[in-house]
Amino acid sequence: MVTGVSRDAGARCARRLAEDPSIGTVLGIDVVPPRAELGRVRFVRADIRNPVIAKVIAAEAVDTVVHTGVVATPGSAGGRSSMKEINVIGTMQLLAACQKAPGVAKLVVKSSTTVYGAGARDPAMFTEEMAPRAIHHHGLSKDAVEVEGYVRGFARRRPDVCVSTLRMANWIGPKTDSPITRYFGLPVVPTVLGYDARLQFLHEDDGVEAIHHATVNDLPGTFNLAGDGVLSLSQAIRRLGRPTLRMPSFTASGTAAAVRRARLADFSPDQITFLTFGRGVDTTRMRTEFGFEPKYTTAEAFDDFRRSLGTGATTRVSSLLTAGLGALRG
Amino acid sequence: MADADVIPIGSGGRPGRGTGRRTTPSAAARALAGQAGRPKKGRATKSADDVAAGSRAAELQGEPAAVPDVDGPELPPLDFAGLERAVRGLFGEDGERRVAEWLAFLRRRLTGDYELDEFGYDRDLSDQVLLPMLRPMVEKWFRVEVRGIENIPSDRSALIVANHSGTMPLDGLVTQVVVADHTGRPLRTLAADLVFQTPFVGELSRKGGATLANNDDAERLLRQGNLVGVWPEGFKGLGKPFSERYKLQRFGRGGFVSAAMRTGVPIVPCSIVGAEEIYPLVGNIASLARLLGVPYIPVTPFFPLLGPLGLIPLPSKWLIEFGEPIRTDEFPDGAADDPMLVFNVTDQVRETIQQTLYALLMQRRSVFF
Repeated sequence: MVTGVSRDAGARCARRLAEDPSIGTVLGIDVVPPRAELGRVRFVRADIRNPVIAKVIAAEAVDTVVHTGVVATPGSAGGRSSMKEINVIGTMQLLAACQKAPGVAKLVVKSSTTVYGAGARDPAMFTEEMAPRAIHHHGLSKDAVEVEGYVRGFARRRPDVCVSTLRMANWIGPKTDSPITRYFGLPVVPTVLGYDARLQFLHEDDGVEAIHHATVNDLPGTFNLAGDGVLSLSQAIRRLGRPTLRMPSFTASGTAAAVRRARLADFSPDQITFLTFGRGVDTTRMRTEFGFEPKYTTAEAFDDFRRSLGTGATTRVSSLLTAGLGALRG
Repeated sequence: MADADVIPIGSGGRPGRGTGRRTTPSAAARALAGQAGRPKKGRATKSADDVAAGSRAAELQGEPAAVPDVDGPELPPLDFAGLERAVRGLFGEDGERRVAEWLAFLRRRLTGDYELDEFGYDRDLSDQVLLPMLRPMVEKWFRVEVRGIENIPSDRSALIVANHSGTMPLDGLVTQVVVADHTGRPLRTLAADLVFQTPFVGELSRKGGATLANNDDAERLLRQGNLVGVWPEGFKGLGKPFSERYKLQRFGRGGFVSAAMRTGVPIVPCSIVGAEEIYPLVGNIASLARLLGVPYIPVTPFFPLLGPLGLIPLPSKWLIEFGEPIRTDEFPDGAADDPMLVFNVTDQVRETIQQTLYALLMQRRSVFF
């Protein structure tokens, strides 16, 4: 059973699982019917915030639950309170239902590296054991921390269930539509003056593969997943060939609000701190214990994403200049 | 006259250089420029008058021979030969290579085509910009004299522990340059969290190879085989009054010793003489410092009296001595978790640096020479 299948990431994970002949039936759960083609996935319209989910699990004799239903953007969920409801209450209800279902043997949770927060006191690389130094009091970061807390509680109460928590770096790729991809798609990219964040990305194909890998193998534990290497924010924007607008940090929330109102991208305060200080996670355990090798490094994933965007203004200006020079000289 | 021939076609049949109204002549213009490039190569010395004459001649000829005998992307005929001559005339043979390197560097920066390591260290930027900017300060202003450089391992990792002084952490920057120039390896420094909270300073420090001073980062750097520099006195050493110069403060909590013990790397004590005199600290505006959230606001004989001029460090003569490495790989397993042993080694390192400082001070003829 896969939750959150009408979202892009959930739909792709469900499709990938359905393609695997070793997996019997794949059940997709969401409140709204999916727009994407789901193939062999059977869609069940149910709300994970509702105890009905327990009946679905019992009736369909679900043995594996893949939870991808954590929402990253308040806009798409219909407001921050609704987002919190889906993320936290939804997870609680889902885990409560799983706890009552004796048939459930495995739980895979798609979490995020935002659980580590972002701040000036962060170590360069977070390993799975490290606690966040800068705690966020809002947004996805807080939700992700709470979701993981409930998942740990569930793992304690049901030691027979194999629980894998996958802390994934920001997904990026041609098909991903997220605050980060929208941000890089802005014609002029605003950044915080005087800071240059270190970023890690996970290619969307690798993300889907990792979910599949965790579903078909028994790999209990918490794992950081990210492409190798880091890019700095300024470097990423230069690679896009887009102009940067460096603004002092006190204007950041105002800028974010303006961008949100213009419906260009959806920013929460925890994303602003992420784009200020950045974050790196250690992926040693991903290789040794989880046994997963991402196909794309951070830079390759970003290049793949870049190709899907149009050329930036800087690139256009320079090509126009070249053309102008050529014409002049001709 | 083929380069002149093509003009009428490129501007949509009108003679001259186009009207400027068409915004997208690029494809045509580029293709034509490419064709024009080939004949021009043969006579790079052609003057502008010749070109103009050719243009008139082409108009008289009417339909030019825009024979597409050249296809594929050919470089636009920039007058590189002239540029090369000019550069060589200005900077000499070696200068030409340097200018070429600089242009390549600029292109890499503009296209984002460089690598960062996981700590955010930007080797390209450090080697091309940051270190060359600091080098005159090290060589000309402070005239740093280095001793015992052979005590730094040439290929293995080591933890360089030094005394901190001088109100502003210039000793860190100078040591970074000295180690990079004498060993060819970057010195990765551990800096206080205040550095990374400060805009620009934090950004540049990370790019220059610094990271936050904590055990996780230190051990990570040491395991990867880096030279790591640490100033365990921190702000206590940096902001001590001038009257207490060359008296070592408490060496933190000994975290650097346990990091070295866990990774089994040698500790190289480093004594820096001269940094105490660059900004003689005679006072501290404590209330303003509290308000701004910084450890101290220094008062020196020239700051804030002379304003920005007071920020120029006094040109003291510096001596930097690297001492005998202290091995940590012979301690038994779990030694890093034995606080008494850690304190003892910390004291040993501190004593070594203190004694070396006294010895260097005895040898010093004067503060400025």
